[in-house]
Amino acid sequence: MASLDDLKKRIASVKSTQKITKAMKMVAAAKLRRAQESAEKGRPYSEKMNNVILNLSNGISDKENAPKLLSGTGQEKTHLCVVMTSDRGLCGGFNSNIIKKAKSYFAKILDEGKELKIITVGSKGNDQLKRVYGDKIIENISFKESKNANYFDADKVGKMVIEKFEAGEFDVCTIFYNQFKNVITQIPQAQQIIPLNNDGEESSSEESYEFEPDEDEILSNLLPKNISTQIFKAMLENSASEQGSRMSAMDNATRNAGEMVDKLTIEYNRSRQAAITKELIEIISGAESL
Amino acid sequence: MSEEFKLEIVNPEKSFLVKDDVSEVVVPTFEGEMGILKDHISIISFLKPGIIKILSKSGDENYYVEDGIVEFKNNNLSILTSTIFNLADMDKSKQQDLLKQAEEEANKTDINDQSKYLADQKVEVLKTLN
Repeated sequence: MASLDDLKKRIASVKSTQKITKAMKMVAAAKLRRAQESAEKGRPYSEKMNNVILNLSNGISDKENAPKLLSGTGQEKTHLCVVMTSDRGLCGGFNSNIIKKAKSYFAKILDEGKELKIITVGSKGNDQLKRVYGDKIIENISFKESKNANYFDADKVGKMVIEKFEAGEFDVCTIFYNQFKNVITQIPQAQQIIPLNNDGEESSSEESYEFEPDEDEILSNLLPKNISTQIFKAMLENSASEQGSRMSAMDNATRNAGEMVDKLTIEYNRSRQAAITKELIEIISGAESL
Repeated sequence: MSEEFKLEIVNPEKSFLVKDDVSEVVVPTFEGEMGILKDHISIISFLKPGIIKILSKSGDENYYVEDGIVEFKNNNLSILTSTIFNLADMDKSKQQDLLKQAEEEANKTDINDQSKYLADQKVEVLKTLN
């Protein structure tokens, strides 16, 4: 059995760990509120953008000559996957969930004999993927220095993706991120952004639009913007999910630490009593022998 | 019959402005300035750097935008833009900052014609503000 001193030290250390996790939980809760708010505020933009594109692509008469960003390159040989994770750890299953989802997708692609390229956003995803898929990772971006997800960062990623697309480096692009549902549930998502996938969604209106300038020009302007917007949406959802995930992970940790302190305290008290009893027995038996 | 329609300006971070008593909006589209009144035909168009003028019952407002998309449908006008500033909140130093940025961009030699045109537009619009 551990000595009294050891137990005392352990209790103290668990208690201080508990303090840290509690603080982290509270910080995450405060950040979550902000992140959640901005995720919700950001939704109208991406929804509207999607709507406009949907209306546009339905209105396009010449489907054959539609911009490549919309219709694809006509083949599906090279897949680009943008895996978006956090830069910080200690957030429960947040990163592993995305990675798991991404890995199963990777395996499927490689099984089909297609080529795979990976861009990781956030250092944690890079850490986990580089062991297995190190040679597939072509870029690693991290926004450690920016505090909140902002459109400027998303635009950078978007521009890079488009540049690579125009250089013919890939045919299909999919982004991986966690969709924020609530504090305990985050759903890892795989969303295809190139070519634009709008199956099953029909435009709500039959109404035709007047376009100024013409459709092609609008589309070729709009589609790159949409890529950035979708990435930005993913970043917002991700940051809300990260904080939510961290909050519940830290909540659990705090509770576990509490349980551990209780257990250790009981053990400490028991061994203290045992020591007292032992001493008493020694004194009594010493007195008797006189 | 009222001559008002609904206006919504959205930027990536949030819903920037919602008004439902707008009588006219003038937007700087690529093909020139365009005024939108009630019962305008459904239209989708692009913005170039310029000033959005909003005329409404509760007062007129002016906004500076650098880019964006305009969609008008069923008397709902949506403007999606990534860069927008209210002129009333914009002081001289902010204007100068933007102008400096735009000028730098316009003076770059390695940009294509379209970005050059956009940067020139920005400079022009910002200069008229001062």
